[in-house]
Amino acid sequence: MGEFKVHRVRFFDYMPTAIRAMAFNAHTERLALGRMDGSVEIFNFADHYFQEKVIPGKDSRSIEALCWVGGRLFSAGLNGEITEYDLENLRPKYSLEAYGGPIWTITSNSQGAHLAIGCEDGTVKLFEVLEESIQFERNLDRQKGRIISLSWHPSGTQIAAGMMDMIRVFDAVSMLTTVLLVDRGFGGSKSRETVVWSVVFLSDCTIISGDSAGKVQVWDGHTGTLVKTHLVTKWDVLALSVSKDESSVVVGTSEGTVIQFQFIAPTLQQQQDKEWVRTRTFKNHTHDVRALAEIETAIVSGGMDTQLVVRPLLEKFDERSHASALRKIQFPHRNLVFCAKKAGLLLFQFPGQLELWRLGESDGHGKPGDSLPLKRKPEKLLHLKRKGEDHICCSALSSCGGWLAYSTMSSVRLYRLQTDNNDISITKVPKLPKILRSAHQLCFSSDSSKLFAASSQSSVLVIALSQSECKYVHTLKPKSGSRQPIHLMTNSVDGKWLATANSDCEIHVYNVQKLKLHCIVPVYGSCPSAMGIHPTTNNLTMVHADQQIFEYSIVEKQYTDWSRKLQKQGLHNLWLDRDTPVTHVTFNPKNPEQILLHDMHMFCIIDQSLPLPDQKTQFYNQMTLRSLSEQERPSHLHAFKICKTFQDLLSVSLLDDQSLVMVERPLLAITSQLPAPVRQKKFAT
Amino acid sequence: MATLFEGFTLCGLVQTQSASDSAIQGIELDGDSDHAVVTDSTRAVTLYKVSDQKPLGSWTVKQGQLLTCPAVFNFQTNEYVVVSDNKVIRVWKEEDLHLDKAFKATVSADVWRVHSAPGGEPVVLFQRGAVRLLDSLLSAPQQPIEDILSEEEKEVIRWSTNIVAEKQHFVLFTTEQKGEHFLYVQRLNPNTLQKYRLEREDSRAPPLSFSASLRDKHINLLYLYPNGCVYQSVVAVQGPVGLEGVQALPRSLRLRLPVGEGELGAASAVALDEAHVAVVGMPHPSARTGKDFLCIWNTNFQTLQADKEMVGRICGQVWCYLGKLFVPHGKALSVIPYECQKSSLASALGKLRHPGIAVSKSSVAIPSWNTLLHGDQPQGPTKIVDSRKSKLRRKSQSAPALTVDQVLELIKTGPVEEVRREVEALVSRGDAQDLQLSVGRLACQLVARSQVETAFYAPGALARLVKTQCLCHSMCPDLLLLALEHKDYFLCQLCLQLFPDIPEVVTCACLKTFIGVPDDDVEMVSLEPDSVSFMEGLVAAGARGGQQNGFSPALFEEDSCDPHHQPKPPQHQDKKNPTLQLEVCPVGLRKAVLLNEVLQTPYSDNLLVPHLKDLNAPQVILFLQYLQFIYLKYSQDVYTQTPVLRSPTMTQIIDWVCLLLDAHFTVLVMAPDAKGLLSNLQSFVKSQVKLFSELGKIEGSLQELHKMKPSKDISQYSIEVIELF
Repeated sequence: MGEFKVHRVRFFDYMPTAIRAMAFNAHTERLALGRMDGSVEIFNFADHYFQEKVIPGKDSRSIEALCWVGGRLFSAGLNGEITEYDLENLRPKYSLEAYGGPIWTITSNSQGAHLAIGCEDGTVKLFEVLEESIQFERNLDRQKGRIISLSWHPSGTQIAAGMMDMIRVFDAVSMLTTVLLVDRGFGGSKSRETVVWSVVFLSDCTIISGDSAGKVQVWDGHTGTLVKTHLVTKWDVLALSVSKDESSVVVGTSEGTVIQFQFIAPTLQQQQDKEWVRTRTFKNHTHDVRALAEIETAIVSGGMDTQLVVRPLLEKFDERSHASALRKIQFPHRNLVFCAKKAGLLLFQFPGQLELWRLGESDGHGKPGDSLPLKRKPEKLLHLKRKGEDHICCSALSSCGGWLAYSTMSSVRLYRLQTDNNDISITKVPKLPKILRSAHQLCFSSDSSKLFAASSQSSVLVIALSQSECKYVHTLKPKSGSRQPIHLMTNSVDGKWLATANSDCEIHVYNVQKLKLHCIVPVYGSCPSAMGIHPTTNNLTMVHADQQIFEYSIVEKQYTDWSRKLQKQGLHNLWLDRDTPVTHVTFNPKNPEQILLHDMHMFCIIDQSLPLPDQKTQFYNQMTLRSLSEQERPSHLHAFKICKTFQDLLSVSLLDDQSLVMVERPLLAITSQLPAPVRQKKFAT
Repeated sequence: MATLFEGFTLCGLVQTQSASDSAIQGIELDGDSDHAVVTDSTRAVTLYKVSDQKPLGSWTVKQGQLLTCPAVFNFQTNEYVVVSDNKVIRVWKEEDLHLDKAFKATVSADVWRVHSAPGGEPVVLFQRGAVRLLDSLLSAPQQPIEDILSEEEKEVIRWSTNIVAEKQHFVLFTTEQKGEHFLYVQRLNPNTLQKYRLEREDSRAPPLSFSASLRDKHINLLYLYPNGCVYQSVVAVQGPVGLEGVQALPRSLRLRLPVGEGELGAASAVALDEAHVAVVGMPHPSARTGKDFLCIWNTNFQTLQADKEMVGRICGQVWCYLGKLFVPHGKALSVIPYECQKSSLASALGKLRHPGIAVSKSSVAIPSWNTLLHGDQPQGPTKIVDSRKSKLRRKSQSAPALTVDQVLELIKTGPVEEVRREVEALVSRGDAQDLQLSVGRLACQLVARSQVETAFYAPGALARLVKTQCLCHSMCPDLLLLALEHKDYFLCQLCLQLFPDIPEVVTCACLKTFIGVPDDDVEMVSLEPDSVSFMEGLVAAGARGGQQNGFSPALFEEDSCDPHHQPKPPQHQDKKNPTLQLEVCPVGLRKAVLLNEVLQTPYSDNLLVPHLKDLNAPQVILFLQYLQFIYLKYSQDVYTQTPVLRSPTMTQIIDWVCLLLDAHFTVLVMAPDAKGLLSNLQSFVKSQVKLFSELGKIEGSLQELHKMKPSKDISQYSIEVIELF
């Protein structure tokens, strides 16, 4: 197979932000995740937890709570606004000032007709959900002290509100309020107010609350009496989530634990007398668990340590399988690193800035496993801060390294880069076509003569670039009329083809020379997570969230023989069992048989000339092959050559000089930048 | 526990002319708890601030006059009171500079002491026994004073004190008259006087010191005799009023102090609390005589709790005020703070174990469990046993079987078989607590009879008793030796297995007997089957020459032993090879079993080695050969995995080899027939050393492996070469 020179890059200081809120839509099986920087991510739990959409954040926006009403997503934050999102254009649809000060919580009733928000000024405001917007309806009795948490009774007639030192239950019919007093913590925290961080109202009128004194309390909503107190932590109980059948409640604490309570009979004899019993404790987080969702088969949790954890409930599975494994989602399922293959430049995308680096050089040669002496160190050429308060949603670097573009929600900026030896000059291209307002994806043609910008309704704007001007050429529109945004876009080296993929799993191939749709790849049930067009054969290789690989001949408008063979034989189980999606597909121009792929934990070269592995074949066979002699080796080879030397991979690309660029972001480095977790007494410390 | 803290010198003392007299008449308290009023033996009264060791004031009488009683403080008027020249009472305040200018009153009779205590008016005790309150006396100084003690019969006061209790005011004084000692208890308001006669000590010596304290509405009088006995007598505060005549004062011995040779000269005991007594002027039980110590004894447990050597002459004086002991000695008056905590058995015993304070060597009567259990003492302790016995009797009334006492009686005379049966019956029904006691008694009784009556030996009964596991060597020290004497090897094995506390000398005696016994004698003996089968397995394994799991001993031996000295080179797997001596057990099977038991008995090296020297050279060589045999067996890894309850471990074997070599090295070096053995043993040592060095190497390599992973420090950027196949 051969040796590769690898640029092992660890200077991309990618830092995800903490998870603040979470809402699961059981109907569409979508999880909406709100982060501290105001960005919202949509995960499709039906499709291998694929991160389908990302709505970039904004400096002034903060998200305290998220809430689905049907397919519509609302958020509220400490800026005092309620925001509804346009999930097709990945931007806020509108924001509404609630006039109640910072908003701590937002929740909808089960009928989906009303939204209730809890405000700093002590009001619970009800909004009616209209077709296209929401409308303020009325305030519930204003209370002294902020409303931290809210929960509707499933009937929609009562709302429980968690406040400071108390829970109030508002009855929408009788207009009466009941007060449940929450006692404070013990000892030193006696003087501190107890914050009822979370409350849930069950259909049997049981109210369960979690507070800053570390208690989970079960109340009888009819009588307003405390039924049971579970002291679960010395710190705060931050989040609560109830399962759909109301038989289980999970709580998240500042210690990073998730504790499950179940409504069960304590003894086998008396099946009737059920009570809430603490059953399981999961510790998958190091920091505050701020957001929780109990879904059908799993507990989803997230918090300060930025990772999304899906902890399947093993009793819901009959056998141990791929689906019953713990899953942690640490990295975004899209590219944040762009590589100029000819120029040897790397572009790193942060929410607030772009960084352009030139890779180092080495003229040495070495044995496999060696580190080569550096002739030139990598160099940061550019640190480009974004303008405005919208965060960067996408960016692109031309392969010659001469053009750089980025887009926020409100604008697209294009820059001309000129590098003479060590000097770099950057010029903003002044007049962009008016039609180019924002883009979900950007990419340059390989000869850097065109810029493609994915726009609304899966359309692609084609912009012609030249030294003197940049000109709008055409809008490529799909025939399907899909309204979903494009999340992947790639073009061919010969400049003839452009392929786009959208969240509806549609892949369109356009003929850029004729500026028209060439074909639609048959829709597969799982969302493509990466794709690329082969430089010589113009075959489109697609990898989906369910780890399936397809190769489609654009010219012949059909799947290639290799792809059919692969589908017929099936992929190896070990390949299918991987839990992170492939995020990048690239090719080796010198060796057309090779397809390069990577996910977070591995890097793989598929050699199409080699036999495909069957289920009995040793899949991860690099170590075995190394130990074999030259003569024995060929009989053991198979198409998937997997290298796990590099971990926590954000990007892999192949430069034109045949050297690989591996961008790693060790999780340890991310963890070390997190604030210190709450102090816990550990044995012998 | 009691503690004596580091003391300090309050003041220097003037040496008096006569050796017996003290330089200090008395030390009294002031209104301030930190003050002490020290009256010297001649003319001066000095007030000290104790914590600062500094005099606050000093008052002297004129040359020619003499203070005849220690100055006291009148707590009601804040005045000091002293008597000079027996008859002149002087009263002054702290501000007064000169004693001569202070108030004086001359009384009509000689004063013995003035006593004062907080909460009570000072009282004046006259030499002839009369008592007056100071106030009433000073209002009419020349009032006539009656004689209580008759002058003709030469009854003189030896010691006095006063005690204030619940508004009752007592003056206690002891007198001596013709070798008899009396205690007078004078109660004031209403005035009653009670006279008690102290029991006479055998030596007829007068008590050295008295100390009275009030506890639980009783006055406790503690007094020390020159023979080291400390007695306590108790007088009720609400005592029998109006009892005429002289009562005998009952006393109880609280402590018998070790006095060394001779009797105590000047010593004094003072009660610190109900359990602790401070004694000054007595020799330390473990120190040379002639040295004087201040000791705190626990009277409950008869143990020494704290001690301090007092330099210089002690005149048998000690005062105790508010957690401080005032002891004049040599040329200084020392103040020694002390602390007595609630005593517990554990702390008392803990100190006893301390080497050097071996109280048991002294004459202090410590109840021994042995005597307690076996009723050697006819007094108190037997009562406990009696009650236990009666309990047992009550319990077993319904059963037709005999009680412990009856069995004990039976043992004295009965035939072996009947004894065995009854012991069996008794043991099988006894409950655990009583069993412990009765088993010990039965065993001792059995052993005692066997020792006297050589024909009598009850192996069955003894074995049954040992098997209860309630017995230990110290409970019945003669049992094991008796068994050895009677060649009862089964019982020996049981004892070795079950006794946790066999002394090294006995272990050695067993070893010696076991080695020395001819194989034929033992072969028919029935021993504990587990250990026998273990040994059989071990021997059979060698005979088979079998190995498990494809393990080749050849490899091991090649590795571990020096090939030149290897009597059975691994290449020669031939069974007929005459040099196969290691394959054959050098001792008989049963003998080996017994030796194994010795190997497994606990011991401590230092104590064992001297006794091992008792073995003669052939015995040592035989034993070493045996040890070598099992070492090799073990090395072959054949039988170490066998799950046997008791089998000697490899470490025990090696330890014994080392011990034997330590004890007999020179002898072995000289003995020609030990040469091969020694070289083999040397090869063992070499192999062990090699093994450990190999283990060390492995450890090192493992550590290196451990280090290798994180040591691969990856920087922010590197260019590497990878190869894919």
